[in-house]
Amino acid sequence: MAELIAAANLTKHYPTSRTTRQMLRGERPVVRAVDGIDLVIQRGESVGLVGESGSGKTTVGRLLLKLTEASGGTLNFDGAAVSGLSGDSLRRFRQQAQLVFQNPFDSVNPRFTIRRAVAEPLINTGVPRAERDGRIAEAMRLVHLGDFHRYADKHPSELSGGQLQRVVLARALVGRPSFLVADEPVSMLDVSVRAGILNLMRELRDRLGLTALYISHDLTLVRYVCERTLVMYLGRIVEDGPTSEVISRPAHPYTQALIKAVPRPRTDQSREDLPISGGLANAVSPPSGCRLRDRCPYAFARCAQEVPALLEVAPGHRAACHLTSPANAAAA
Amino acid sequence: MSATLKRSTNATLEVEGLRVSFGGMEAVRGIDLSVERGETHCLVGESGCGKSASALAIMGLLPGGARRSVRRLGFAGDEIGKLSERRMARLRGDRIGMIFQDPMTSLNPAYTIGSQMTEVLRRHRGLARDKAAERAVAMLDRVGVTAPGMRLGQFPHQLSGGLRQRVMIAMALLCEPTLLIADEPTTALDVTVQAQTLRLLAELQRELGLAVLLITHDLGVVARVAHRVSVMYAGEIVEQATTEALFAAPTHPYTRGLLDAIPVPGKVRRGDKLGSIPGIVPRIPAGFVGCAFRDRCAFAEPVCASNIPPQFASPDHAYRCRMAPDWWRATA
Repeated sequence: MAELIAAANLTKHYPTSRTTRQMLRGERPVVRAVDGIDLVIQRGESVGLVGESGSGKTTVGRLLLKLTEASGGTLNFDGAAVSGLSGDSLRRFRQQAQLVFQNPFDSVNPRFTIRRAVAEPLINTGVPRAERDGRIAEAMRLVHLGDFHRYADKHPSELSGGQLQRVVLARALVGRPSFLVADEPVSMLDVSVRAGILNLMRELRDRLGLTALYISHDLTLVRYVCERTLVMYLGRIVEDGPTSEVISRPAHPYTQALIKAVPRPRTDQSREDLPISGGLANAVSPPSGCRLRDRCPYAFARCAQEVPALLEVAPGHRAACHLTSPANAAAA
Repeated sequence: MSATLKRSTNATLEVEGLRVSFGGMEAVRGIDLSVERGETHCLVGESGCGKSASALAIMGLLPGGARRSVRRLGFAGDEIGKLSERRMARLRGDRIGMIFQDPMTSLNPAYTIGSQMTEVLRRHRGLARDKAAERAVAMLDRVGVTAPGMRLGQFPHQLSGGLRQRVMIAMALLCEPTLLIADEPTTALDVTVQAQTLRLLAELQRELGLAVLLITHDLGVVARVAHRVSVMYAGEIVEQATTEALFAAPTHPYTRGLLDAIPVPGKVRRGDKLGSIPGIVPRIPAGFVGCAFRDRCAFAEPVCASNIPPQFASPDHAYRCRMAPDWWRATA
C-alpha cells in the first residue's frame, strides 16, 4: 500500500506573549501545539485523531493541509515535500487535499446560493463554466442531496443544519480530492442528524476510496468511521492503533480516561471518578518526561525523567507510556 | 402530560399546562413536570423542541414577543406564575439558581470574576464587599477551583472552559438556592471536563438537597445523572418516566429513534448503519392537532392525526403514542 501522507518529527510552535523579565533575558516562549509527531497515512485509510481541546489535534489537521507552516520536521504528500509546494504544484495540492469544517452555519457564505457555494473550489481551480453544473450535481448526488435543482438556488438560511453540513461535504468533494480532513464534522449537529452524516461519511469512504483524517474529541464517533485511531495529548501522539483495539484495550491511561468519560445512554454505567484529574497542563512549559504525569494516577519517578517513546504493545498498536514499555511491563 | 406521574406531595418545582408561543408558532404546548428536593429531572430533546423555551418560561426570562400561559407554576409551595417581574427578579439568582450552556457568553467579559460573584451576594443578601468576597472564595473552593483567592481578580477570558463553568456553578449556588435550572451545562466542555462537572453537580446536589432541572440533548448525560426524564418533541413531552424505566423500555418511537442514533461501543459495530430520524423538527402553528412526530414516524397511521391521549407503560412511565406499551418488543 502506498503512503499518501508521511510526517516525521512534525512540529508547530506558536509564539506567545512575553513578560518583561523574559524580554530582558531574550527568551521567546512558545506554545508547543504540536511537538514532534511522526505520522503515516496510507492511501485509502481513514484515521481518527482524538484528544481534548488544546491537545493540538486541530493544528495537526491544519499542518497536513498546509494551512499553517510547520516550525520543524518534514511532511510529504504523495511523495513530494509539502513545504516545497508553490504555484501550480500548490494549486494542485489544494485541489487534492480538502477540509470539512466543524460548523456548517459559519462556513458557508450566507449570501451565496448553494450552487455558488459548492462551485467555489471549481472556480478557484479554473474548471470551465460549462463543466461546473455537471460537477456540482455529481457532488450533490454523492451527499444525497440528489434533487440538485431543489437546493441549487436556495440560500444557507433556508436549509437545516444537517442539509447544510451535506453542502459543506459536497463543496469539499466537488474538486475530486484524494485527501479529506474533517474537523469535528458532527459536533454542531443534533444526534438524529449526526447519525445520517456519519453514515454518509462512511459510505463516501467506501465508494470513493478517500483517504481521510477525522478529528474529534469523542472516541465513540471515531470508532464508527475509522479503522485506525491516534490519541493526542499536549502536542504528542500517545497512542496509535486499530480503533477497535484502542477502544477495547486502551494502553495509555489518557485513552482509558477519554473512553470512561463518554456518558453512555444506559443506566448501568460507571459513575466513578475519572482515572485522571484536573485539566490540560500548560503547553508553554509542559511537564518534563511524560506530559500526563501530573494528572496520571500511576505516575512514578521515571515519568518525570524520561519522555516515553511510542512503542508497540501489540501488533500494530503502539503507546507512549512507561507502564507498558518492556522495561517496566514486568513491574506494572 | 396531564394527570400523569403525579407524586407532587412536596415538589420544589411544579409545572402544569405550560405554554409558550412566538407569533403564531407554538414553542411549548402544555407541558407538566415536577422536580422534588434532591432530585434531578432531565428535559431532553433535539434543538428546536422547546426545552430551552420551557426553562426560560419557568424563570420568567422569555424574550419580548413571546407569550406564556401556565395553569400552575409552583415553587416551594408558592404559586409564582403571577408574580411581578420585580418579585421574580428577587427569586432568580437567590432561591432559583441558573447555569447556562456557554459560560463565555453568560459571564461578563469586562468584569472580574470577583466583582460578578460578589454582586450576587450584595444584591440578594446585602452583604458588605469583604464578607461577600469571603463567601465567594469559599464557594469557589467548594466547586474545586484551585487558588480561589487569585481567581477573584481574574477576568473570564483568563480561565479555561472547565474553570469558567465551575465559576458559573459557584455563582449559581452562592445564595444557597433550592432549585437549580441548568441549560446544557456541559455541552461546550470536553468529555473529561464534562465528566468532572457532572460529578461535581451530583455531589453538590446531595449535599445541599438541591432540586435540579437539567436540560440536555445528550441521552448519555441523562443516563448518568437523571432520576427522572422527560423527552420533549415539538413543544410536547412525549415520554416521561424514571430513568430506570425509560432506558429499560423506551416506548415512544421518537425516544427509540434518538437512542438508535447514538454510536455506543459494544452495541454498534463498525459496518452497522446507525439509525437516523429523517426530516427535521416541525414548527407547530396554533391549533395543531395530533401527534407532531407523525411525519417522521415509521409507524404513523391516519389515527395519529387526531388527538393522542397519554398512556402508561408502567405506573412511573407515561408516553404519548397510539401504540401499545410493548409494541417494540415485536420489532426488536
